[in-house]
Amino acid sequence: MAERMGFFTDTTLCIGCKACEVACKEWNDVPDDGFVFRATSYDNTGALGADTWRHVAFIEQDSRWLMSSDVCKHCTHAACLDVCPTGALFRTEFDTVVVQSDVCNGCGYCVPACPYGVIDRRERDGRAWKCTMCYDRLRGGLEPACAKACPTKSIQFGPLEELRVRAEERVERLHAEGMTEARLYGEDPDNGVGGAGAFFLLLDEPETYGLPPDPVVTTRDLGEMWRWAGVAAFGLAGALAACFLRRS
Amino acid sequence: MPRRRDEMVPDAEFRSYYGQPVIKPPIWHEPHMPTYLYLGGLSGAASTMAAVARLSGDRRLEFSSRLIAFAGGTAGAAFLVAELGRPERFLNMLRVFKTSSPMSVGSWTLAAQGGLTAVGAASAVTGVLPLVGDAASLASGVTGTLMATYTAVLLADTAVPIWHEGRRELPFLFAGSAMASAGGMAMLTTPRAQAGPARAATVLGAAVETAAGAIMERRLGMLSEPYHSGKAGRLMRASRVLTAGGGLLAAVAGRSRALTALSGLAVTAGALCTRFAVLEAGRVSAVDPKYTVVPQRERLDAGRPASVPGR
Ligand code: SF4
Ligand code: SF4
Repeated sequence: MAERMGFFTDTTLCIGCKACEVACKEWNDVPDDGFVFRATSYDNTGALGADTWRHVAFIEQDSRWLMSSDVCKHCTHAACLDVCPTGALFRTEFDTVVVQSDVCNGCGYCVPACPYGVIDRRERDGRAWKCTMCYDRLRGGLEPACAKACPTKSIQFGPLEELRVRAEERVERLHAEGMTEARLYGEDPDNGVGGAGAFFLLLDEPETYGLPPDPVVTTRDLGEMWRWAGVAAFGLAGALAACFLRRS
Repeated sequence: MPRRRDEMVPDAEFRSYYGQPVIKPPIWHEPHMPTYLYLGGLSGAASTMAAVARLSGDRRLEFSSRLIAFAGGTAGAAFLVAELGRPERFLNMLRVFKTSSPMSVGSWTLAAQGGLTAVGAASAVTGVLPLVGDAASLASGVTGTLMATYTAVLLADTAVPIWHEGRRELPFLFAGSAMASAGGMAMLTTPRAQAGPARAATVLGAAVETAAGAIMERRLGMLSEPYHSGKAGRLMRASRVLTAGGGLLAAVAGRSRALTALSGLAVTAGALCTRFAVLEAGRVSAVDPKYTVVPQRERLDAGRPASVPGR
């Protein structure tokens, strides 16, 4: 397996130009996701979805403006991949998570399983879609389209280990400059998804950006779920047997 | 930025991105998915009932149960296939067996259940190959218990807070509901004199369903709100009344044909309402960021961030 590749999105550098959104759509031939004025912010993209694989969030605050380009986290423990019954979702040699659209049967299970609300079913073709971290470009030795297009280097692509080191240094520098609110999000390999392959430098709490503050891969608790289901299953058999005994 | 105060949990002030959902709601359609959950449960509990009836020598009740198990499983499978984004690729479900995916485990269970109950029912109706039919029916008694409970794991194994945090009680809610459904349907299709155990199953199943639902809501705390308000709340209340009423009626119906029929219909309607309520509550729970953000924020503030030990 090749080195694990990832994204480090440094939101302090984002200027909200949406070049990443456009580059992603162009390269991956992602269909139109509608142009909706939401009357809440400059965001007319809305959220990640089947037809939106990069999403720039705009948060207007009293004295500043936060912008952040969101993307699939390519989780170490990926719920979407765990629950996929067909094997359509798989882990690549770059340790990223990709859907094989010719295998996906559109069961939709991955959609509510993702703790970040990333993957969705495209009703037009009945299949699940999300960011592939430009799997085709990676195989060709290129960086993903969004990182390539980003004019400010807010989106950085590279080996995950290197990105983590670079991100730590960046946070230290920001702290030294007085931006004490700077923090990393998702980079910790001990978090609820075992560390995200795409992590962020944020200036406020994750939920402000529409990110879950402490996500957890649902399959972490799968053993417990099956144990309770097992008890219920035995209970059902026992209770039914009792219904036949009682009468005699 | 929406900041809201929640009445039931003080300090449930939370921040979000313009009130937008954090996670995606389940995209399963109505009536397909809830009806499948009901039919799967019905088929599962009925096949287990058929197996027990076989062992205790209740041949008439066994006959009805075998047919119910087959009909429920077949109709359920049709609803499930119709639910897929690409129904023509249904067989991709059986491409792999993944223990990490309750839908994969469920698809294999459903395939086994469908095959076994078909053999059991065919043999019961035609009288051909009775030993094979009996063996298949007994085996479906085992797959049936899984059929009636795996759907709880299916829902709980998502990021939807009201499902994931209800993971202990959901299997009992569904098992009880399945038992009441099978009992009710067997009462409707079996002559009174032979339907005693079916009546008992209706009463017991309704009691378990009611108790499991109450315990689940208590333990969910603030997360249970969707079960109390809006469409899901109305469905849940209807389910309570129908299930408890149907269970009580089964206990007191005595010789009355009309009351027995009413009881069977009530528990069936109750079981359907339960599935629709759980699905709808899951949608609400996913769409309102409060249910995702508040518990996670509380975890962080308490210094207990999530981790994945041992993986
Ligand atoms: S963020 Fe969601 S869609 Fe992306 S890998 Fe993780 S679970 Fe899958
Ligand atoms: S919708 Fe497709 S990718 Fe998602 S879980 Fe189902 S088969 Fe897998």
